[in-house]
Amino acid sequence: MGGANGTDEVILTARGVTVGFGNKLVLENLDMDVRRGEILGFVGASGAGKSVLLRTILGLNRKRAGQITLFGHDLDHLSEADRFDIDTNMGVLFQHGALFSALTVKENIQVPMREYLDLPRALMDELAHLKIELVGLAPDAADKKPSELSGGMIKRAALARALALDPAIVFLDEPTSGLDPIGAAEFDELVANLRDTMGLTVYMVTHDLDSLFSVCDRVAVLGDRKVLVEGTVESMLEVDHPWVKAYFRGKRARQIVRQPAGQDS
Amino acid sequence: MEPGAAGALRPVLERVRADGRLTVRLGGDWTTRTVASIDSEMRTLESEATGPVLLDLAAIRVMDTAGAWLVERLVTALDRRGLAVEVGGATAGMTTLLTAVSDAARLEHPARSKGAFGLTAFFATIGMLVYRFSEQFMMAMHILGATVRGAQLKFGRGHAISVTAIVHQMDRVGIGAIPIVMLMSGIVGAIIAQQGAFQMRYFGTEIFVVNLVSILVLREIGVLLTAIMVAGRSGSAITAELGSMKMREEVDALTVIGLNPVGVLVFPRLVALVITMPILTVAANAAALGGAILTAWFYSGIEPETFIQRMHTGIDLSTIFSGLIKAPFMGLIIGVIAAMEGMRVEGSAESLGRHVTASVVKAIFCVIVVDGLFAMFYAAIDY
Repeated sequence: MGGANGTDEVILTARGVTVGFGNKLVLENLDMDVRRGEILGFVGASGAGKSVLLRTILGLNRKRAGQITLFGHDLDHLSEADRFDIDTNMGVLFQHGALFSALTVKENIQVPMREYLDLPRALMDELAHLKIELVGLAPDAADKKPSELSGGMIKRAALARALALDPAIVFLDEPTSGLDPIGAAEFDELVANLRDTMGLTVYMVTHDLDSLFSVCDRVAVLGDRKVLVEGTVESMLEVDHPWVKAYFRGKRARQIVRQPAGQDS
Repeated sequence: MEPGAAGALRPVLERVRADGRLTVRLGGDWTTRTVASIDSEMRTLESEATGPVLLDLAAIRVMDTAGAWLVERLVTALDRRGLAVEVGGATAGMTTLLTAVSDAARLEHPARSKGAFGLTAFFATIGMLVYRFSEQFMMAMHILGATVRGAQLKFGRGHAISVTAIVHQMDRVGIGAIPIVMLMSGIVGAIIAQQGAFQMRYFGTEIFVVNLVSILVLREIGVLLTAIMVAGRSGSAITAELGSMKMREEVDALTVIGLNPVGVLVFPRLVALVITMPILTVAANAAALGGAILTAWFYSGIEPETFIQRMHTGIDLSTIFSGLIKAPFMGLIIGVIAAMEGMRVEGSAESLGRHVTASVVKAIFCVIVVDGLFAMFYAAIDY
């Protein structure tokens, strides 16, 4: 089990975030913290607003009220320079990869590098190959188009692009959905490894109980338009909220919990 | 790595030679954002060293995978040359990073193979073009052939034609196109009338502009303009629809359910095009003649009554039909080319764009060529 890997330094906070579409509120007065170096698993029923929260943090949705602070900067009031810093320090893995279909994997990884850095071409190629190696793709995947990749390879390639600039925080939207259990376990392990080597902070939206139990340091549960509970996976088992209870003490979860600790990854 | 680190330090290195041993002291920030400036210096070090090397990382403030890559690349290169390398002063975090990238550093990346050049490339391109043309021609014929048998539903319901689908497509392909087709034809008819009248004014035969416009519009311009507009408007839509259905495996889903995708998707569109093209042509003819009547009236003072009387003597039914006969063929060509390009779309958004463009360009080209063939045919049979 992941121990207390996170430090106490909070790098992402949300305070009083309210998001709605039309006259329906999806998130209301939501508070949340992400600490440096931790892997935070975010769960919630389908349609509870996990993706909406993620998109709001990324600035893809507008919020009606509240404040989101990343690396100590209020995301609504950023100077040009701070915006640059924040953009180069976060990476996003979208649920379906969102690789640019017209570019090869290598070119996809190089897109952020080209945009933000002035690197010599040879070095840029080397770094792209390095990222491909780090996420566990075969070297010959570099010159393939996304349409030639399998689902698992697309997730890895998208992760490589998210890591292109060595960000401090990565947002993963259901990284293991659509992967077979072995592939998913490998991906979890990969995320944990990268956290250890690169000092990443990981914000992971997931439905995968295995991921929650094996790599997540903390879990936050979204429901009723706000964060219901935050804490370690173990502490989730004590919570009395019906949905949380059903989720963490349901039949599927019990089978995972029953395994002896230490053999779960 | 701390954002807002306005005081990011440039990476530096310092060489110290002592007792035949080269000590390289690295300092500053070695991150993705900063290493560009030190890259070439690290490369020269690879060939510069002659004896044992000690890399001292103690003065490095921050390091990420890019920095670790540069260090590990140097270590690997020196290692390959058989020189002793030692890395000192690395913190625990740096050691983890260096181990993580060391596997990648040992991989050889084969140089990308270069394509053929010169004369070979020239002939290869021509060969490829010819081959691709024959392939596309066959594919178009397959689509045409597949649609001849109708929608091809399962279990002998071979000719079950979905009237709803055809009517729906007729509405989209035909009714929707009427305003733009009529507008374009009206304007072109007016322009031809004005230009014709202007030239004939020198000979005092301005009245013949009626013959000129009515024959030109009814035989050629009406149907050609309609075909070009429909190719641009509906042909591209068909290609994009079929292409995105192919990209999202909807075409495969149809096949698995047991339906022939060509029959289900292409057939109604093709029928709709074949039926609506003559109707659109009639509308285009009317609009073009209307434009011509107005221009003749205001520009040359030819009264509409005179225009129509003159037109009666100038044309007969064969003039009208020689144009209208071409319309279904034009519709067929546009539909088959659009369907063929749609079915050739591959996974990427770029491929979709390329095939939509190809669909419109090829359809317009073929429509004009076929119009020319019809002109030769009519001339040969004196129609």
